[in-house]
Amino acid sequence: MTSPLLAAEGVTLGYGQRAVVHDVDLAVRPGALTVLVGANASGKSTLVRGLARLLHPSSGRITLDGTDLHRLPTRQVARTLGILPQHPVAPEGIAVADLVAHGRYPHRSFFRGHRSDDDEVVAAALEATDTAELAGRRVDELSGGQRQRVWVAMALAQQPQILLLDEPTSALDVAHQVEVLDVLRAEVRRGTTVVLVIHDLTLAARYADELVVMAGGRVVARGEPVVTLTEDVVHTAFGVRARLLEDPDTGRPVVLPRSAGDRE
Amino acid sequence: MTAAAVQVGEVDRATGLPELRRSDRRRGLLVVACLGVGLVGLAVVALSVGAVALSPGQVVEALVGGPGTEGRFVVTGLRLPRFALGAVVGAALGLAGALLQSVVRNPLASPDIVGLTGGASAAAVLAISLGATGRAVEGAALVGALGAAVAVFALSGRGVTGTRFVVVGVAVAFLAQGFLGYALTRASLTQAESAWFWLVGSVGTAAWADVGRVGGTVLAAGALLGLAHRPLGALALDDDTARAVGARPVGTRVGAITLSSALAAVAVAVAGPVAFVAFVSGPIARRLRGRGPALVTAPLVGAVVVVAADLAAQHLVPGSLSPPAGLVTGALGAPFLVWLLVRGEQKKELPA
Repeated sequence: MTSPLLAAEGVTLGYGQRAVVHDVDLAVRPGALTVLVGANASGKSTLVRGLARLLHPSSGRITLDGTDLHRLPTRQVARTLGILPQHPVAPEGIAVADLVAHGRYPHRSFFRGHRSDDDEVVAAALEATDTAELAGRRVDELSGGQRQRVWVAMALAQQPQILLLDEPTSALDVAHQVEVLDVLRAEVRRGTTVVLVIHDLTLAARYADELVVMAGGRVVARGEPVVTLTEDVVHTAFGVRARLLEDPDTGRPVVLPRSAGDRE
Repeated sequence: MTAAAVQVGEVDRATGLPELRRSDRRRGLLVVACLGVGLVGLAVVALSVGAVALSPGQVVEALVGGPGTEGRFVVTGLRLPRFALGAVVGAALGLAGALLQSVVRNPLASPDIVGLTGGASAAAVLAISLGATGRAVEGAALVGALGAAVAVFALSGRGVTGTRFVVVGVAVAFLAQGFLGYALTRASLTQAESAWFWLVGSVGTAAWADVGRVGGTVLAAGALLGLAHRPLGALALDDDTARAVGARPVGTRVGAITLSSALAAVAVAVAGPVAFVAFVSGPIARRLRGRGPALVTAPLVGAVVVVAADLAAQHLVPGSLSPPAGLVTGALGAPFLVWLLVRGEQKKELPA
């Protein structure tokens, strides 16, 4: 089963009069793990919000298998396309398992509520994110890293064919970052298309099948990390000089930023 | 993703989720039972205490006995409708408040703070000053409350955030207050006297038809909310996340705000703006209940508050004239508002 094709066609996105993403064309590679990188305010989050129909493009359109996303029924989109926003807010006092069960929302009908296979999916999502032992805790009592993994579990419980995540690893220590990224890669192996925003360039290069580099609201480079991520691209996107090494185990680029004081 | 990796039962056993659910349910039942018992206790007091003092035994006799039983008129004709009206008005205001607070996600967003009850009062007093009486005044109150709701909603924009909604609401409340003052200056002395009721709120003029109308609205609203409990649950998430899982937060919120205005309007049209009841019921219910929007608990809290306030007004406040219930709820509600604001400030000052 291949997931449908999600694409931005000449999309301009912004808030009010201010455009943040300018005229971007981007077809998300189905069944692959795409990582968006770029400096702060380069339009990564805005593009992801646009792709997830949380933001209306002011021009151009976002399509799912060729159909304009905003013309499709909300529930149908939610079964196909999952998004974990950057700062999700949990209801006060909610239990972990109940929060993850919110991911089942698009799979339930108005009159028929919770079903037992919903429980199974929720349990599997908790297990996959290593949060099963937290199921009975309240979300407000968790540490930042635990909470982040619970949100990823909710996105997984939605069982979307395309999953978008905005900085799902930002609050995590290195072990849990790797753990969450491994979970997402396992999802990709099952046929899910995953798009995520992360800041760590080395981790991005390590996990991405497709790397998309953004600067000033435009895509400045895209492709396989080994080819795409160069010292010039890092300088264009971040305004920082960097040295790139080759990871001895994977052959992927490792980015070593250089500060002004390091200059010869 | 497949579910083969793990059995549901295992997760449940390992995590204590069933115990958490059970204890939440037990607490919910306990709170509802306690409020129910409290309401029955208040009913006994309300029916027996007064100028004609009756024992609980006499009250029961008057209730079940035929016409001519001692105290029958006092109990079934005066005290019972007054108690019932207090209970249903309190329930309507409590539900209206808790619903609005939960969908706007701000404890200050209650119909009495954001100008819905103020709009009802202003419209009612204007109608009185133009010579209207009875049903026409109630109709004006309904129109006033809904008009205020539309104004607040339109002015706070499509993606209403909590604070903006409240600030716009407070402005609308002041506008309504000013309008009410203007309408009063135009009224004759007798008109001003009947307008007094619209300034404080009272359940002293109880009639069974009013009880039925308000009670019916509360039941209908409860049934609607029961049906819509899934979208309302998703609304407890932030809007982006709610939309991510396929809910329509804006549409749900518009529906909930309309329902809340209708509940508040019906209650105010019958009893006037009984101050702060809508505002305090939600937070009290949440505190008792422990978590969740407490939409079942809040109407019970509202009922207890109004009935207790009305009893206190009738029997505890010194003076020759018994003041309306709205004065008591206002005197108690204002400190509660201050406390909530101060506590909110302290929370904000804590390091994130």
